[in-house]
Amino acid sequence: MKKLMLGNAAVARGLYEHGCRVASSYPGTPSTEITEELSNYPEVYTEWAPNEKVAMEVALGASIGGARSFCAMKHVGLNVAADPLFTASYTGVNGGMVIAVADDPGMHSSQNEQDSRHYAIAAKLPMLEPADSAECRDFVGEAYRISEEYDTPVILRMQTRIAHSQSIVELGERTDAGVKEYTKDPKKYVMMPANAIGRHVVVEERTARLRDFAETSPLNRVEMADTAMGVIAAGTCYQYVKEALPNASVLKLGMVNPLPVKLIQEFAAKVEKLYIVEELDGIIESHCASIGVKAVGKELFGLLGEYSQRTVAEKLGQPLPAGEAFPEAIPGRPPVLCPGCPHRGMFYSLHKIGVTVSGDIGCYTLGALPPLTAMDTTICMGASISGLHGFNTARGAESAKKSVAVIGDSTFMHSGITGLIDMVYNRGASTVIVLDNSITGMTGHQQNPTTGYDIHGVAAPAVSIEKLCEAIGVNRVRVVDPNNLKEFEATVREELAAEEVSVIISRRPCALLKSVKPKPALSIDHGKCITCKMCFRIGCPAIAMVEGKVEIDPTLCVGCGLCQQLCPKQAITGGDK
Amino acid sequence: MSKTTNIMIVGVGGQGSLLASKLLGNVIMNAGYDVKVSEVHGMSQRGGSVVTYVRYGEKVASPIISLGEADLIVSFEQCEAARWLPYLKKGGKLITGDQKISPMPVITGAANYPENIPERITATGCDLTVVDALSLAEQAGSAKAVNIVLMGVLSKQMEFSVEDWKAAIAQSVKPAFVEMNEKAFDLGREA
Repeated sequence: MKKLMLGNAAVARGLYEHGCRVASSYPGTPSTEITEELSNYPEVYTEWAPNEKVAMEVALGASIGGARSFCAMKHVGLNVAADPLFTASYTGVNGGMVIAVADDPGMHSSQNEQDSRHYAIAAKLPMLEPADSAECRDFVGEAYRISEEYDTPVILRMQTRIAHSQSIVELGERTDAGVKEYTKDPKKYVMMPANAIGRHVVVEERTARLRDFAETSPLNRVEMADTAMGVIAAGTCYQYVKEALPNASVLKLGMVNPLPVKLIQEFAAKVEKLYIVEELDGIIESHCASIGVKAVGKELFGLLGEYSQRTVAEKLGQPLPAGEAFPEAIPGRPPVLCPGCPHRGMFYSLHKIGVTVSGDIGCYTLGALPPLTAMDTTICMGASISGLHGFNTARGAESAKKSVAVIGDSTFMHSGITGLIDMVYNRGASTVIVLDNSITGMTGHQQNPTTGYDIHGVAAPAVSIEKLCEAIGVNRVRVVDPNNLKEFEATVREELAAEEVSVIISRRPCALLKSVKPKPALSIDHGKCITCKMCFRIGCPAIAMVEGKVEIDPTLCVGCGLCQQLCPKQAITGGDK
Repeated sequence: MSKTTNIMIVGVGGQGSLLASKLLGNVIMNAGYDVKVSEVHGMSQRGGSVVTYVRYGEKVASPIISLGEADLIVSFEQCEAARWLPYLKKGGKLITGDQKISPMPVITGAANYPENIPERITATGCDLTVVDALSLAEQAGSAKAVNIVLMGVLSKQMEFSVEDWKAAIAQSVKPAFVEMNEKAFDLGREA
């Protein structure tokens, strides 16, 4: 049967068909749907872990235990999981182990543009890179085969345009790989120096064998055409090259680490001019330079952002299609907090109080944008709390009275807890606001350890944020509804004044949750409205000026009532108030 | 290689472009073409400008569409139609719903919503169709069916039969919503 499938769904299909039994992941765009889709196959155990390091350790444990295992993450998630990654390379596997990592050239939904291929090189692990959904499915099977034959975890490198593009996949049946025997083998699995010294030898030998494999594997293929121009490319870039240069000869790499030597040298010898088209860093290019192959790459195509067929055509002097532009600049449409979003009232209050806000990763990062502009820093998962501790330590006791950290429930579980322990243990006095909206929001509603549900939506033990904070030693834990602006502001002011660490749990479920029923839309009483625009200060997309009057769009408004609390003339009608 | 047809679906995050592209993708795949549908999930979906690329033909390589390459653009919102206009190839067709949704820079007063968008798009020489998709969707039973109404409008520009489209609707939405979506499709096709 043929099916139009998202690259991520095709990876899940490949895992199902090739006998994966255990998968553990932390959500991260653009990798999330792999594990979500996989959870629909009852033959595969799936779970959301609190972070990527835990997920990879679960997958490695399952592999040592004899099952084909899997974990998925976005590129920055691999930073979190780097510790087990490097040593998993030494232990190798028992059941096959595949790690999917999704890069995000162009940063559609990320805080940096790092290239995960560096990790494959540094950890000495084979890495495959599919170029469409059919390859996503097939490469998973090949990855498990390589993993078990070469005794190594295998990284499957995804990119936004592969992960989030749908193309046609021919579905197959599942072959159950079973659970292999586990035999105690400390020399392989106990990585203390004496044993690891021996395993490093194994890793280097394995890399040499994999390099030979790369020379002949069908994962890498030459498509000879016009020899005037040859191009080496993988993944999305291969597709851009095929689109822009249908007559060029192409060496398509499906295995991007280790890279072949002879195959590249022979291909280079057959073409008059060689180009390397690769997004992000010049990794294939550096490899070519190291084996004496001359090629044009980054000097022409650059290091920034994502490419397209137009990039390839433009840089190589091909004719470019053109369209007509609208005769006026179009206002930008940045993403915004949704109507009814519980973060809106919280950020309005913080903006009003005028505190420095140490931010984190999630929907609430949008609080950095006008008109709320209530965010000073956003670095990585968990950095809001630890970063604030550093900031206030540098600036002295008064600073803690004028600053807060904001972090979501899922991010707090991921890596906020350790920062909070640091803050309490080292006698900090800062204020931390945990934004508990009962879901992992930004990545599209995944459950997490605080929500009380597992990946299948089945009731599960819930971590109590209050009790956890108390156990860490936080004496001041407050729970408040961010949509009650007066109470929220008063609570923040009290906790800022406190001489010890405070945690405010800003608790209201995400407005997009099915369990949250929208209330009837509010409307403007134009007899009372004085167009003071106070209601515009919360940045609600449902409120706008229409022909000189303030109007509420009834198709967008969910009746949260936040704007009513700001209106000095009670001109916003409807709802409870 | 035979020609690849390029269609873009553009709008504001939350307007239902993902379902529209799923429907379109299924119609095309059922007809035996190679097809790629590309969109970005995540942050941009939160009320931002969103775009889906649909490409089909004998064999499709790139999943995305660049400037001046689109044969057809379907927009859910006027300002988005203007934003993506440069992606339309010369002689291409643009279909837009007549809804206007103010982006945040307009709400905060940092920018103005462009005036007379349809007239000014037509003045560039573009073949433009404007449809009151929201009213038709409400008539079909749900304001959310704007996406399917616009697929009905688009269907008149494509080679597939009404039966092909209805089979794909049944494939793409939950059984309880098939009838309402078929009605929305019909209203769009008749508009």
